[in-house]
Amino acid sequence: MSVLALANISKHFGAIQAVNDVSLSIEAGQVVGLMGDNGAGKSTLVKMIAGNFRPSHGTMQMDGKELILHKPVEARQHGIEIVHQDLALCNNLTAAANVYLGRELRRGVGPFRILDYAAMYKRAGQIFAVLKSETRPRDLVKQMSGGQRQAVAIARTMLSQAKIVLMDEPTAAISVRQVAEVLNLIRHLRDQGIAVVLISHRMPDVFDVADRVIVMRRGRKVADKTIASSSPEEVTGLITGAIEQV
Amino acid sequence: MAVTLDQTIAQKQHTLLTRVFASQTFWVVIAVILACLFLSVATDSFATTKNLYNITRNITFVAIVALGMTFVIITGGIDLSVGSVLCLCSMVLAVTMHAGYGIEIGIAAAIATALIIGAFNGILIAYLGFPPFVVTLGMLSIARSLAMVASNNTVVFQFGPDHDKLLALGGGAFVFGIANPVLYMIVLAMITGFVLRWTKFGRHIFAIGGNEHAATLTGVPVRQIKVAVYMISALAAGLAGIIQTGWLGAVTTNLGNGMELQVIAATVIGGANLAGGMGTAFGAVVGAALIEVIRNSLGLLGINAFWQGVFIGGAILMAVLFDRLRNFRRNE
Repeated sequence: MSVLALANISKHFGAIQAVNDVSLSIEAGQVVGLMGDNGAGKSTLVKMIAGNFRPSHGTMQMDGKELILHKPVEARQHGIEIVHQDLALCNNLTAAANVYLGRELRRGVGPFRILDYAAMYKRAGQIFAVLKSETRPRDLVKQMSGGQRQAVAIARTMLSQAKIVLMDEPTAAISVRQVAEVLNLIRHLRDQGIAVVLISHRMPDVFDVADRVIVMRRGRKVADKTIASSSPEEVTGLITGAIEQV
Repeated sequence: MAVTLDQTIAQKQHTLLTRVFASQTFWVVIAVILACLFLSVATDSFATTKNLYNITRNITFVAIVALGMTFVIITGGIDLSVGSVLCLCSMVLAVTMHAGYGIEIGIAAAIATALIIGAFNGILIAYLGFPPFVVTLGMLSIARSLAMVASNNTVVFQFGPDHDKLLALGGGAFVFGIANPVLYMIVLAMITGFVLRWTKFGRHIFAIGGNEHAATLTGVPVRQIKVAVYMISALAAGLAGIIQTGWLGAVTTNLGNGMELQVIAATVIGGANLAGGMGTAFGAVVGAALIEVIRNSLGLLGINAFWQGVFIGGAILMAVLFDRLRNFRRNE
């Protein structure tokens, strides 16, 4: 059974049809590359899954149960986590503080509860170890490389029992070596049985790490196939419209 | 040798010693100590009980307001209204007590005034998106004007039936001959330090100053926290006003005039960053101490008081200069 299934999802803003009758399903432990040109409807689709927008038509199902989201917090409660393009990190805080931002661990009794630094350092360290990242929990994010910052943002998604992680252009603005680091992070997420939706413009990254590729053009899904059965040339054609649909 | 997970978790960027040396607050403490040593040797009048009593007490008013300001500055905001709020709260206290009410009611009214003003500032800033500078600049004008309205621009020096209690509260020394305001300052500084370091609220304040957008995305209640910090800042000004009223024994409508600049100077000298994300309770107190020691020493050394601004301004620039130099080294 798929973790997340969208059935005939559409979204329009006034007269503009941003997403048009899209159906897809995402399996646990699978990396899906979501590709398309600017304005193809990728972001709108992702924002519906993340609870920012409600679909105009169609239904979403999670683990076979209908999923209705009113705000992003609800998506998080259902195990849908987002890694934002700008990573949403605070430079002045430590890696552990960033991982736990908004869900800090505390200890104490009743209303007298203080931050549990030791527990947060420990758990963050364990998550970085699972991700095989060299990021250290006590280091300030200010002094980190792009790859390490990415690891901090991804570690956030692993605090709760995430089922799906949506990643918005995680490799857009980092060096080649760091891209390899991030792709490894994605593989480690997948190995935990988490479904990853990778929104990217970078063909090599998608073909390197994804199991499936979904291509969108002008609000419609124009392709949904395994990486093995596709090629960068074909996907480029689909994105630009040189190839109509497969 | 393989690095274990526990070692990685325990790995710190700096040892305690390097961290101390790298902090602006440390160098300001050194500056204060050196200045005090120099003045003790160079003048007969510095290291006297009376002068030290005066200095410590003078530090407190700026320091208490600076503690509240620290919260605001860490979020990346600014509160220019503190001097006027201090005056208004003093006046509310004075007028209420002068009218024959007890000290409890007077203090409650003053604190309520502070909280209402802070909430007003905070709501305009957090919910309506006004720039903090503009909102609090407006409040600087409004609060002082209200203080004049409340007192009809007179000096209030009779505080009704609880007159003596109020003077004892601000001017007395309940414990070991330490001036009361100093005790209040120490308690408030400890509370501030605790809140900043050990509470979720404190953590979120730093997060907002570091990256407000990120704080919002990760579910930090940014708006409520912003309202809270402006309320804390106004509350600190109000408390300082209450204590200062008791110490002075009279309230005029130019009380706290221009104080906002001294307070901001104290927090910046103590290591807070006006861009947000940095600041400590200890730094605010130490910054206030440096300003007061400079002020006091100029008098004792017989330097014309007109030079005061130059020295305090110089101290602000020096403190920030040290910070810049450290960053240059780190970036290279």
